[in-house]
Amino acid sequence: MHNENVALTVNGRRHALDLDPRVTLLDALRENLGMTGTKKGCDQGQCGACTVIVNGQRINSCLTLAVMHAGDEITTIEGLEEDGNLHPMQAAFVRHDGLQCGYCTPGQICSAVALLAEHKAGWPSYATADVATAPVLTDGEIAERMSGNVCRCSAYSNIVSAIRDVAEGGRI
Amino acid sequence: MYAFDYHKPRSLAEATALLNANPEARLLAGGMTLIPTLKQRLASPSDLVDLGGLPDLAGIFVGDGEVRIGAMTTHATVAHSAEVRAALPALAALAEGIGDPQVRHRGTIGGSISNADPAADYPAGVVGLGATVVTDRREIAADNFFTGMFETALEPGEIVRQVRFPIPEAAGYAKFPNPASRYAVAGVFVARAAGGVRVAVTGAGPSVFRVPEMEAALTASFTPEAIASVLVDADDLNTDLHATAAYRAHLVGVMAARAVTSALES
Repeated sequence: MHNENVALTVNGRRHALDLDPRVTLLDALRENLGMTGTKKGCDQGQCGACTVIVNGQRINSCLTLAVMHAGDEITTIEGLEEDGNLHPMQAAFVRHDGLQCGYCTPGQICSAVALLAEHKAGWPSYATADVATAPVLTDGEIAERMSGNVCRCSAYSNIVSAIRDVAEGGRI
Repeated sequence: MYAFDYHKPRSLAEATALLNANPEARLLAGGMTLIPTLKQRLASPSDLVDLGGLPDLAGIFVGDGEVRIGAMTTHATVAHSAEVRAALPALAALAEGIGDPQVRHRGTIGGSISNADPAADYPAGVVGLGATVVTDRREIAADNFFTGMFETALEPGEIVRQVRFPIPEAAGYAKFPNPASRYAVAGVFVARAAGGVRVAVTGAGPSVFRVPEMEAALTASFTPEAIASVLVDADDLNTDLHATAAYRAHLVGVMAARAVTSALES
């Protein structure tokens, strides 16, 4: 079986890698690039701890092979800060205490950042009663849109508060 | 995972050549089922042929009384397509209810129907709407496509290119989702068209199936009350830790009534 040469663009930086095709995007980030911010939880697509943003869309990095992502723009938790300052979503999670153990937090934050972009694009959700009008980010909407991210410490109420704060233009 | 070689063909012909040259090769679409299956060592393909390099396989076309969806179109794309939501809102809602956002951004309609998981949502929509599955070599009617649990009419090396859904007069989908994973413990797609009403059930049995008694009753009167007295036989339905066959039989009736209500409201 043959290794593959693959160039991954992570947080704007291009990395040339020689990979066994079995390596998931998650393992490539953590083991090959040393970027351990993205967490391995269930490793089978159920918990969302490994959520990263690929070409603007949030996906489970454990459920995709690194070789499938040559040429894609990959954003991880390490790529959210700007000029040494926390991303507004990171700051809001701190301010609202949107975590306990913190293991799911990078995935939660990446997911929440993508959620706001999806909402801004006018995407309705399963919880949207009237899909003809722009959905309002109620707590129920946020919970539905974050359904791919599990928090076993159950910090959900504070996670929802943090996301709503940023959605409503909260403090940075 | 067992070792495999990876290929990303740039044309359908190249993909076909790879499949023909490697009898133990498998197609890779979104990977939402195949990659966990490989991790569990439940499959050992010699080669993976990634269809992600074939943009012609993704896309949505609405016209001529049809919604045509390319095999590599993701669930999120279907769910958020303004054209699908206008022409076939029940199908957009079905796609929005699959898994979670992360899964919907990768999972594809072609992958879902080719995998034919008994609890997948799309088979109910495909059979309920009487869709046509277009492959690289033929067209397959929905009623002939799903042949059993994880089994389809696809031949070795055959590649799904597109699914063509006729636009019905009214349609609705309702499911009892597994609370953690959202797959259908029982899901029912109901569609009313000029030719009559179709009722397709997923999640309840080994494979998607139609309910002729409900179709006849709904063709006579398209109301939830019309099927209130139709009993679904539990003999061939699934039993697992989430629901017994008898409970699933009951759920089919409840979900069918909800699907009709949804169709009437759309």
